[in-house]
Amino acid sequence: MADPSTFAAQAMEFAPQLYSAAMRMTRNQADAEDLVQETYLRAYRGFGGFTEGTNLRAWLFRILTNTFINIYRAKQRRPQERDLADIEDLYLYRRLGSLDAVLGNRSAEDQLFDVLTDDEVKQALEDLPEIFRLPVLLADVEGFAYKEIAEMLDIPIGTVMSRLHRGRKAMQKSLFDYAHARGLTGATATAATAATTDMEADR
Amino acid sequence: MKDCNETLRELETFLDDELTPETRDHIHAHLEGCTDCLQAFDFQAELKTVIAAKCRSDELPPGLLARIQSCFDVADPSFTADPRATGEIPGR
Repeated sequence: MADPSTFAAQAMEFAPQLYSAAMRMTRNQADAEDLVQETYLRAYRGFGGFTEGTNLRAWLFRILTNTFINIYRAKQRRPQERDLADIEDLYLYRRLGSLDAVLGNRSAEDQLFDVLTDDEVKQALEDLPEIFRLPVLLADVEGFAYKEIAEMLDIPIGTVMSRLHRGRKAMQKSLFDYAHARGLTGATATAATAATTDMEADR
Repeated sequence: MKDCNETLRELETFLDDELTPETRDHIHAHLEGCTDCLQAFDFQAELKTVIAAKCRSDELPPGLLARIQSCFDVADPSFTADPRATGEIPGR
């Protein structure tokens, strides 16, 4: 049983991580701030149920994720269930050749990673439909294990893995499209197209 | 010994460090002898690092920490030792 008087001293160091994750979830600063504040409030109130010595960071992210799903998702009015187009494995890696042609000596890989801005990478993640975005965020940005993500999202581990797989490929396609839009790919590359398709029309 | 297709199929699980030690050893053994697969694994590993670094760079808005601290002064945790406060089942 955790002592509430020690909550702030233990938990506040995670605020920057929680805020960044909240930005990727809500995609705007005002909601991200409210989400982090609500997360801390719930965590503070529930701290008696936290077992000292277990992973506080994972516990806080679990509350963040639950709070987002239960409150902010309902508030964000947009089509929820979009599926992703089928994208081949190793999408970005297979296209490095078309970058080599225009980048000269330095490896296409290094240039690609240097040239993609923080905003572009964030946007590529935020553009994923939520059911794919949350697993990719929790695994690739926050480094949680499949089992932890399955518990946070209340889905089976196999579903975590398949959503990660598909979400990562879609994200790679977005990143390639950003590189293409900046003229970093060969002239013959096909034009950027949306990585996602709406299954459900706007109402 | 795994072939290239079997190895590439395990790429994500390998990089996520979620394989059994036995399968991980098989992948290691293949990568030691296969430059093509090794390059693909290296690229994906680097991509993962880059995505993590670039998606974490948000600056904490000024005043947010103070806002959070001020909730603690108002909320007394002794009133709500209710596990439901943090244990909601997320929607699907």
